[in-house]
Amino acid sequence: MTWDAETVRMLLEGIRDTLYMVLFSTLFGYLVGMPVGVLLAVSDRDGIRPRRWLYRVLDIIVNLLRSVPFLILLILVIPLTKLLVGKSYGSSATIVPLTIAAAPFIARLVESSLKEVDHGVIEAAQSMGASPRTIIFKVLIGEARTSLLVGVTISLGTILGYSAMAGVVGGGGLGDIAIRYGYYRYETQIMIVTVVILVVLVQALQAIGMMLAKLLDRRRA
Amino acid sequence: MAFIEIEHLEKTFQSKSGDTEALRDVSFSIEQGEIFGVIGLSGAGKSTLVRCINLLEKPSGGRVIIDGRELMKLSDSKLRLARREIGMIFQHFNLLMQRTVLDNVCFPMEIAGIRKREAREKALNYLEQVGLSDKASAYPAQLSGGQKQRVAIARVLASKPRILLCDEATSALDPQTTQSILRLLRQINEKYRITMVVITHEMRVVEQICDRVAVLEYGRIVETGRTREVFDEPKTEAARRLIYTREYTDIESEGSGI
Repeated sequence: MTWDAETVRMLLEGIRDTLYMVLFSTLFGYLVGMPVGVLLAVSDRDGIRPRRWLYRVLDIIVNLLRSVPFLILLILVIPLTKLLVGKSYGSSATIVPLTIAAAPFIARLVESSLKEVDHGVIEAAQSMGASPRTIIFKVLIGEARTSLLVGVTISLGTILGYSAMAGVVGGGGLGDIAIRYGYYRYETQIMIVTVVILVVLVQALQAIGMMLAKLLDRRRA
Repeated sequence: MAFIEIEHLEKTFQSKSGDTEALRDVSFSIEQGEIFGVIGLSGAGKSTLVRCINLLEKPSGGRVIIDGRELMKLSDSKLRLARREIGMIFQHFNLLMQRTVLDNVCFPMEIAGIRKREAREKALNYLEQVGLSDKASAYPAQLSGGQKQRVAIARVLASKPRILLCDEATSALDPQTTQSILRLLRQINEKYRITMVVITHEMRVVEQICDRVAVLEYGRIVETGRTREVFDEPKTEAARRLIYTREYTDIESEGSGI
């Protein structure tokens, strides 16, 4: 195999497609997962508005979705993907199963971040006459912001890993290239290069996320 | 009718291992502007009692009447409004750790819908009153315990309360800092005529700032009276035990000073 301009272009497009899938899936994942995570934290037994049945229902849905292996989910949601995107392959199509896999995962991360907030601070806000809405936005999310950002970093890394799996069904991006060249055509070199790029991407996302989290943390003197 | 009326208050915590009666038939009244102490050993139900006054804890029975209004009959939104007049400070201060000192003091005003610029001006004024003007842009993690409690006091003043509940507010502080916080509370009581309920296990706190005191044991009030009277002639075994503990620690601290 030769390292011509064509190969480089393909790899660059792979990076672009991967980032496109990962960023949008994470974004959509948060649009769904964040509210669900907030509801989980708020409605649980020690939450500010305990609602036993609501917690149970959400808890079960989240667990169900999280226990479906991503490869199976990828195939299961093809009809939905066709309905939403018009086709079942390519990077845009992959965003659908990625979002479905990411949302329950994100909901759990958000739930656990919010539950870390010191109960005393919530009590103080309640004693001032704060509404549940104020407590959610200003106390829970405000105080948990560092932990929430760490969660975003974890989500990006996990979704990046999932996005590479989507290559199996022609999902586009670096994973797709790795499977097509490395696995189907035995071009090990390209496979290794794509894997290295994936590693670098995860490292970079992780480093940026942690740096931001640390920058925003005021809990230490 | 007194300013704060607590009538036959009951609180039972239910759990799988059985019910725990934290408060049994607790009644007392507090006059406006008074500093009222509730003293007892840990586990006596003091914190539960103070949380029942602003309904952070829902009583199982009885009534809480503040300035003629029965709190348990209020709707959620009315209760939130009522709570703005009942400030509370805590043993562990409970400040927002991700906000500056100034923004912490602004928080109750945010809840009340006061505009940001106005809130900041007022907050600076409250910080000045607790002697922390120079710490406005610091974060709570950078402050000492005594300074954190001062921020909490400035924050509570910002909601212009008529009542202040102090839940072991000096228990995490050293003796000197305790003194300065108690002096500050006294000043506030005199300046703003805020009625105070002081929950503590430290006799000296009661001795220094409370006009009257109730002794709580196993969820019951066993003795109530003017602080001096309860101290000079404790009528019950529980009160005597608490006072002897005080004398013992006094001797001990004098001894260590030599």
